[in-house]
Amino acid sequence: MMWDSWGAFWDMGGRGFFVWGSYGALAIAVIAELVMLNRARSNALNASHENHDH
Amino acid sequence: MARTESQSHDKFAGRWFWRYASPAAFFPLAGKLEKLCWVIAAVLTAVGLYIGFFVAPTDAQQGEVYRVIFIHVPAAWMAMVIYLAMAFWSGTGLVLGTRLSFMMSHALAPTGAMMAVVALVTGSLWGRPTWGTYWVWDARLTSTLILFFLYVGYMALAASFDDKKKGDRASALIALVGAINVPIIYFSVKWWNTLHQGSSVRPGSSSMAATMLTAMMVMTFAFWAYAIAAALHRLRTQVIEREREASWLKEAIK
Repeated sequence: MMWDSWGAFWDMGGRGFFVWGSYGALAIAVIAELVMLNRARSNALNASHENHDH
Repeated sequence: MARTESQSHDKFAGRWFWRYASPAAFFPLAGKLEKLCWVIAAVLTAVGLYIGFFVAPTDAQQGEVYRVIFIHVPAAWMAMVIYLAMAFWSGTGLVLGTRLSFMMSHALAPTGAMMAVVALVTGSLWGRPTWGTYWVWDARLTSTLILFFLYVGYMALAASFDDKKKGDRASALIALVGAINVPIIYFSVKWWNTLHQGSSVRPGSSSMAATMLTAMMVMTFAFWAYAIAAALHRLRTQVIEREREASWLKEAIK
């Protein structure tokens, strides 16, 4: 392993905030998009089922 | 009874064939492709992050903070590529009047906007320790910010018309006119004296260490797969919204 310890890994040579902040921002963006995708799908399905029931 | 049903189905398929391609055929196929793309995106992300954090060495000049580029560069590329794809489908929709083309374009926009945000935020977090500032009104940064606003304007315009067809056409114009911004972003580092560095990756030559480049390219393919999966998901949702009446859909989603 190229890191001396997990501590060194998370520290990222003192740049942990910027490195993990970036990856965290990506994770938040992806999760937000997945939530929106699922919400839009269930809304469409609910509307669709209501329509079929009538 | 069976005969009438098949006749009405044929009629339905025939009507759709010319104007939209057949959503009845497209829907399950897109579903399979979407699943495949989610899997590819997940696997490539795992591989790319492993190479990026456990194989690629510390950069001699930038130290560890350069590892941000493994997501920054793919996100910036995708923001541009998705915009061009959107402009392509919008143009196709305007010329051919095909509804599915506009739907493709609408399905791409939110993911493109998300990629632009990720490119701007990660670039900012990389810029602070590297340049000493989170933001500078440099040609590349500014044109990327404009790209984000174009995405937002496109989505707002598409949603602002009660008549969906008008929204399709109006937003398609933004997509087409705004496409001129993409080459401006791409060549900004050549045309202007920017703080943003020139490209490290060029066709045929690259100034990066092989493992660094590998991590970045694997992540790029992961982002591609992710974007395709998300766009297909949105496209299928739009089909569900527009095809509520269709019996084939009832079968497909029950």
